[in-house]
Amino acid sequence: MIDHPFGGIKVRNLYKIFGSDPKAHVDAVRNGLSKTELNDRYGHVLGLRDINLEIPSGCIQVIMGLSGSGKSTLIRHINRLIDPTAGEVLVDGVDVVKMNEVELRAFRRHQTAMVFQKFALLPHRNVLDNAVFGLEIQGFERAKAVDVAMRWLERVGLKGFEEKFPNQLSGGMQQRVGLARALANDAPVLLMDEAYSALDPLIRVDMQTVLLDIQKEIRKTILFITHDLDEALRLGDQIAILRDGEVIQQGTSQDIVLRPANDYIATFVKEVNKGRVVHVEAIMSPLAEGAASDGPRVVAGTTIEEAVRALCDAPPESVVVVSEQGQPLGVVPFKQLLGAMVNAR
Amino acid sequence: MDWFYSFPHMNEDMLRLLKKSIDDGFRSFTRAWGETIETFFSPLQDFLVAADRFMTQTPWPIITGIILLIAWVATRNLRIVASCLVTLLAIGYFGMWEDTMRTVSMIFVCTLISIVIGLPIGIMMARSDRLQKIVNPVLDVMQTMPSFVYLIPVVMILGIGKVPGLIAVVIYAIPPMIRLTDLGIRLVSKELLEAADAFGASHSQKLFKVQLPLALPTIMAGINQTIMMALAMVVVASMIGVQGLGQPVLKAIANQYFTLGIFNGLAIVGIAIIFDRISQAYGRRLQKHREMAHD
Repeated sequence: MIDHPFGGIKVRNLYKIFGSDPKAHVDAVRNGLSKTELNDRYGHVLGLRDINLEIPSGCIQVIMGLSGSGKSTLIRHINRLIDPTAGEVLVDGVDVVKMNEVELRAFRRHQTAMVFQKFALLPHRNVLDNAVFGLEIQGFERAKAVDVAMRWLERVGLKGFEEKFPNQLSGGMQQRVGLARALANDAPVLLMDEAYSALDPLIRVDMQTVLLDIQKEIRKTILFITHDLDEALRLGDQIAILRDGEVIQQGTSQDIVLRPANDYIATFVKEVNKGRVVHVEAIMSPLAEGAASDGPRVVAGTTIEEAVRALCDAPPESVVVVSEQGQPLGVVPFKQLLGAMVNAR
Repeated sequence: MDWFYSFPHMNEDMLRLLKKSIDDGFRSFTRAWGETIETFFSPLQDFLVAADRFMTQTPWPIITGIILLIAWVATRNLRIVASCLVTLLAIGYFGMWEDTMRTVSMIFVCTLISIVIGLPIGIMMARSDRLQKIVNPVLDVMQTMPSFVYLIPVVMILGIGKVPGLIAVVIYAIPPMIRLTDLGIRLVSKELLEAADAFGASHSQKLFKVQLPLALPTIMAGINQTIMMALAMVVVASMIGVQGLGQPVLKAIANQYFTLGIFNGLAIVGIAIIFDRISQAYGRRLQKHREMAHD
């Protein structure tokens, strides 16, 4: 299907206005008409305002926002389940917005796969028949489709459950089916719409691990929607925070936690367990000239929690941060590690 | 104040003229087109005759075997199969086997035709709100109009016989088929349709892989209703020459033969119960996957 490396996803100047005549109000919104003004004056609802995203191939982009922030609307623009009012959605260089019905159908079949918050499994089909659904739509031969689906069912830990019906499975298991169904499509883009929000916390963490493990092999371009900042920080190579239809901060987990763009984000970040997110190099101080670097060594990119764990078994009072090649980069005293964990000022 | 006490109505002569001209118009239409319409329906006539012949000329043990087999395959319930057997044996023992078979074949053909016509209409209705708004009042009329009234034009065009009887029965029995198909498809959750869209399903893939399978239990309820309503029309249809259990009932009414009436009436009830239990149990079996909830 694809004879060149996948080109990633680019969203440019995307606007979505809900109402009877959305096109008429785009310019006003571009010129700064606010969401409340638009609603009060014209009875239209602003869904998304000037969204710009650049998602490189093989990257997990998390969109985080509370309900009503427009995150589910945004993800539905990538495979055009919702039509934008203005803007471009380039997937592998092709503008999804300009596709006709046939092109769009082919695009959805081969370029994207989606996992849903409420699983959206077909209740009259058993696990295996649900998992082959995407391939069946593509017109795969049954035997081949079953082969592929079985491999993915096994990969997500559902071997032996092929004959069960969705209603016989727990939420976590159902979402594994949803994940297997999406992965069986082998599409370069994986869209996950609050895929884990309906799951119990422990199962959620479990499923995050499953996703991260699989992603190491498949290197898909994943768009993951969540309202949970912890989940966003754990999964996201890039995170965009959405509020009232606008992106208010974009960056890596380090950017979000260490440099929240405003008070709104800072409130969220306050609740985050920083020890698990922040990397040691963010708080290290340069090595003193000629000082002996004799503490336990941790590689750059290690989290604070891991660094503390390394210190637990050793007498010295500080860890030495080294590059992947083993070159010392800096030092972090124990006290500073603790301070960073509990948010000391 | 005359207009206050007696409703001011159309001039008597005008009214008579109106009725007469409509009647005349229809009569000349019948004369002009009657034969064409009859040829149009002749395949249906052949089908009805074939079904009738099959049911009445096949030896009774074979027919009984077929019905019991259908009951078993559809319900997997020995009690239902046993009660079917008892009902059929009782009907035969009291000498109503042939009439009953005629009625069963009529009901079978009527139901089949109602499904063939009703299912596509229901599907189209579910797709278009406008069509639903048009079809719904038509169905209301079909269900509430006294059946004798639409027997008149049918008999005028096609005369007395099986086909006009079939048309009358289908008109009366098809509305639940259409309505419940429409309802069943509209009840399919938006999330599942969105998922099908997200995987790039075409309209027909959505229809056959998602909408129809999920609507099937509701559609089965529609088929069940259609069968029951068709059975209810058996006596009325016998007035225009449909053979079967209706004719002895009609004779019983005319001559005040109480026992003849009650025997044939009970035979209708008997096959109604057989049809009902089989189609309902089958419908329930279709939804089995919904009942096996996880928690």
